[in-house]
Order: sequence, then C-alpha cells, then structure tokens
Amino acid sequence: MDALLQHLLNAVILGGTYALLGIGLTLIFGVMKVANFTHGELYTFGAYMAYFFVGQLGLNFFVGLILAIAVGVLLGALIEFVLLKPLQGAHMDTTMLVMIGAWIAMQNGELLTWGGVAKSVPHPFQKTPFVFGEVSVAPLRVFVLVVALAAIAAFYFVLNRTKFGVAVRATFQDPEASALMGVKISQMCTVTFAIGSGLAATAGALLAPVFVVVPVMGDLVTLKAFAVVILGGLGNITGATLGGFALALAEEFGAGYISSGYRDAIGFVLIILVLMLKPQGLFAPRERTG
Amino acid sequence: MRKSVFLVLALASYAASAIAAEPIKIGMTEPLTGDIAASGTYVADGAKVAVSVINREGGVLGRKIQLILEDNKSNPKEAVATAEKLLSGDKVPVLLGAWGSTLTLAIMPRLLDYKVPMIVETASSGKITTSGNPYIFRISPPSSLEAKAFADKILNSFDPPIKKASMLVVNNDWGRGAADEFTKVLKSKGIEIGTVETMTGDATDISAQLAKIKQAGGDTVFVTTGIEQLTLVLKQAQEQRLPQRFVSTGGATAPDQLIDQAGSAADGSYHIVFFTPWFPEEAPHTDLAKAFIAEWKKQGYNPAGLTDGYRGYDGILTAVAAIKKAGKAEPAAIRDALWQIEVKGINGDIKFNKVGPSGSESGQSTPNIFIVQIKGGKVIKP
Repeated sequence: MDALLQHLLNAVILGGTYALLGIGLTLIFGVMKVANFTHGELYTFGAYMAYFFVGQLGLNFFVGLILAIAVGVLLGALIEFVLLKPLQGAHMDTTMLVMIGAWIAMQNGELLTWGGVAKSVPHPFQKTPFVFGEVSVAPLRVFVLVVALAAIAAFYFVLNRTKFGVAVRATFQDPEASALMGVKISQMCTVTFAIGSGLAATAGALLAPVFVVVPVMGDLVTLKAFAVVILGGLGNITGATLGGFALALAEEFGAGYISSGYRDAIGFVLIILVLMLKPQGLFAPRERTG
Repeated sequence: MRKSVFLVLALASYAASAIAAEPIKIGMTEPLTGDIAASGTYVADGAKVAVSVINREGGVLGRKIQLILEDNKSNPKEAVATAEKLLSGDKVPVLLGAWGSTLTLAIMPRLLDYKVPMIVETASSGKITTSGNPYIFRISPPSSLEAKAFADKILNSFDPPIKKASMLVVNNDWGRGAADEFTKVLKSKGIEIGTVETMTGDATDISAQLAKIKQAGGDTVFVTTGIEQLTLVLKQAQEQRLPQRFVSTGGATAPDQLIDQAGSAADGSYHIVFFTPWFPEEAPHTDLAKAFIAEWKKQGYNPAGLTDGYRGYDGILTAVAAIKKAGKAEPAAIRDALWQIEVKGINGDIKFNKVGPSGSESGQSTPNIFIVQIKGGKVIKP
C-alpha cells in the first residue's frame, strides 16, 4: 500500500512535465502540421540555459528559470522564422527532415558549447524531503509540479479566454477559413512555435536541477513527447494533458509491478496498442458522422 | 654515375629515417559523448597523459607514439564504426577501449577479422574474456573477480554487517553481469537478496525502481551504472528516504564528481574503486601513482577524473610495453608480446593469464580493488 501511494505520487509529479511537453508538441502539430523533432532539444536548451544563468552566472534561482524560459521562447521563434517560414506550403516530409537536421545540429551545438560531461544546477530548496507516513517527496519536486500545473493552467486560460486563443483554435480547425476571417496565419505560426518551444524549455529548466544536464537528455524526451501526443490524439490539447499523466502512470506502475527493465518500453507498447485499437487517440472526442 | 649513386643512397637513407621517425599509432575508442561521456573522457585523458610522458622520454623503439582517439558516442553501432575506421583506415597495430561492455562486445568480431589485439581497460562483463576471442587482453576486473574480491576483502568490514541486499543496475551487459555475479557471491556468504532492479542507460527518473527497493527492505543497495545515472540514483534515493546504504560497483564512479553534483545525497555512500588518488600510498606502486597524479594535475585535467583516468594510463603503458617487447609495431608480434610482458601499472602489476575456451583464450590480468566512502563531503577510507 505504501509503495502504491509512493508510485502514484511519483507518477503525478512526472506526469506534470510529460503533459507540459506533450501540450507544446501537439499545439505546434495542430496549428502548423509540423512534426517538431527539435522539441527535445528545446527541452535540453531550457535545461542548459538554467545551468548557464543559475550555475554559471550565479543568478537567483527563480530569476534564472524565468530567463531560461524566455530564451527558450526566443529560440523557438527564431527556429520558426529561419527554418519553417521559408518552407511554408512545403510537403510535411520536407519540414520533418529539416527538423531532424535541426535536432542533430542543436545537439552537437550543445556538445560543442558545454562538452559531454554532465552539469548540475544548484537550487535553494531544502534537501530533506516532505514526509507523509511512509510516502515522501522532495520540496523541489513539489515546486516542479506546481509550476508545471500553473503553466498548463495559464496556457488553458490563454487558449480559452483570449482573442489569441480563439485565433489558435480557429487555425486548428481550418487555417484557410480563419485566414479569411482576418487571422494572420504567418504571425500565428511564429507565436505558436514560440509558445510550444517555451513549454518544452520550461520543462527542461524545471527538471535541470532535479536531474543532471547532458546534451543527449532530449532524445528520450522527444520520443516520450511523441508518445504523449499519440496517446492523446494528434493535435488534441486536452488529450496531451491527460496523455502525459497516463504515460507517467503506465511507466511508474509498469516499472513498479511488472519489470523495471521494460519501464521505457511500456510507453511505446501503449502507443502501438493505441494506434491499433483507437488511432484517433485515447481522449479523442467521438467523431461526428453523417 | 657516381653522383647518382650518392643521390640514391642519400634518398634511401632519408626514406629510412622518415620511416623511423614516423610515429607508432595506437588506436583508442571511448565514449566521449552520450550517456557515459564523463568516464570515457577521463579514460581518454589518462591515455593522453601516458602518451605525452612516454614521448617526452623518447618514445618507444626510437619512435614517437601517436594516439588516435575516436568517439564511440556510448553507442555500440558507433563503436563498431570507430573500430572499423581505426583498423582499416588508420591501420593501427593495437587497439585500446571501448569503456562499456556492450561497446566492447560489439567491436570484438572485428578484431578476429583484422587480427589486431585490443587492450580492454574498463569493461567488466564476463562474456568479454570467455567468448573465445584470442585478441582480447583485459586489464580491468570482470564482475566475477570484482565480486569475489569484494566478498573476500571488504564484505566483513561493514558495520553493521550486510544481511540483506538489493541490486540496481543499468540494463546492459555490464549492469546485468554485475548483478548476476554479486548476487551469486553474496548468496554464497549467506546474505539475502531483496530485489534486482534495472534501468535503461539514458533513464533519468529512477523513482519507480527506488520505491520498489525501499519496499523490498534490507540494509544495502548495490548500484552499477555510470556517474551520471549514479548521481540521479543517489539524489532520488534521498528524496524517497531510502534507509539502505549504497555501494557502487564497477569502479567508474569518480566520487569527487558525485560530491560535487549529488551533494549531501552522496554522503555515506560507498564506492568500489580500482585506484585511490586520495591516498596514493595505498597504491601498489606509490611512486608511480604519485607521478601520475602530479602529471595529470600539471596538464590541467579534472582531478575528479583520476579514478577513471588511471585506466587509460595503464592501458597505454601495457600497449607500449608490448610494442617494446615485440621490437616492431605489428599486430601479430604485439599480440605475442602481450602474453610475455609484466607491467607495473597504477592499479598494480599487469600480467595476462589465459581464460576462456582452450585454443582461443583471452588474456586477463588480476587487478586490485579498493573501497572508499563519501563522508562529510570528503572521500575517506571506511
């Protein structure tokens, strides 16, 4: 029972960051129809920026995180402007290959700048965990979860309560019709990509002090983010949020009660099952037919 | 006529001296990037230190040593590609590498193709020396030797004694091999085994495994993985308040880096190492150890890397001793010479014994192992 509660707590905390990553990726896919393979690298970039501002420059931890996320947003906008804007209207395969190229280039750039040896980011939270009976959790992890949930909530607010959000949802449904209604699609793409990248950078910056920072840290994250997105249904934002928690639960309980050796395989087995049985995603609304 | 003979002679002697001056190549493949980049980089640094010292003292057979270092990216496919490049492109007469057991096992069939010997400096899976590859000469301890030495020399020094232990290992040849060997040896000493958990090499969240280990109880957890993942294990074990003591195996844990990156989470943990740079007087050849440490620091390498760096150093010493004994830089001669040499290394005396199926035995030396503890942010003798 104690182990069950601990697994559940671990899964919720992990799920928050998975959801953050999934939302960013699915948003970009929904609006732009781009399979963003640089997603994991923006996560890595966010982590390295946290290391740069907090570890190297010695700034205040919270200021450093905000700066790291801001730089992540800017990098996202830059990638969209330089790489994707000229490819507007190109076949999806073309943009996919360009994004894979950008992924490799970014990872090697990180390697060149910071080297292959892991970096750690100092944080001001106390190291002794909060204890509830037999279950315990580090204050830093609670902070990560709270910020992740706040970022998700802020994102939902923007999407559902602002004019920009309406425009995003309109572009999701029908880019041409929304263009006719006066949505500036080109601008919309830049902002969307920047926000999606910002969410990935947020996850990276948040997790940098929890884990260690290495150039390859984004590889598995890219795969996991795609898993989350496919679980939830491509371009389905609520699906990605729930998918993030679903993947974390599956991994945590799979590792806890089946076999830890297959921990990372479990998510991908889930994808295969979802694609076979419910290809529109676990949380897709029922298709309207007729 | 006379003049042209003179010219030919001059040219010939020039060519001969050019050959003599041409450096002897030693190929090395290490993980300089990827999941286990830190250790791989330190091992490569150790090799560079050895090469610079040997070249400064005049090289071997009157020629300089040239180290050709390739990055295998912690990836077995890349490891094969680097070996192929070194063997067929650079035509090195001897190889050094490849840090990981999985990486080394991937390269081994290539050695049979090219008939070039390889000095294995870190990898510890039993399979490396028992699969019948007569080009393998290992200076690192296989997990079985490490586990046995641990049980014979170190096990009884724990207070309170180990009664029940769990294993947490990286899911590859190295980790699983270590889990098997340590489980076997501990069981034979009457110690109960709780649970054996694995983690993929690039996994960052180990919380599920740790929750399971906590549930399994016991007093000790043996961990086998690279420094990066070990850092995460210790940090997350602190978060989940695991009551067990941690003992890392494999000798690739650079305790100084752990103190730096895991902080108080590393406190109290034990680490099996094969070189103790904090106490060079413990090394079998103290002067050699002190000289190596001084040279490492002089060349500006990270002091945390000494525990791994010695492997590269000893590896190069072994290769150079074999080249010297062989009298020429040819693979077959070097391989024969490797069986005959006795080298004084940082870890101890290197001398190869035959192991594996008869007729195609691999070489295995008998390395020393030590244990250290991190306490109060310092490395101490427990």
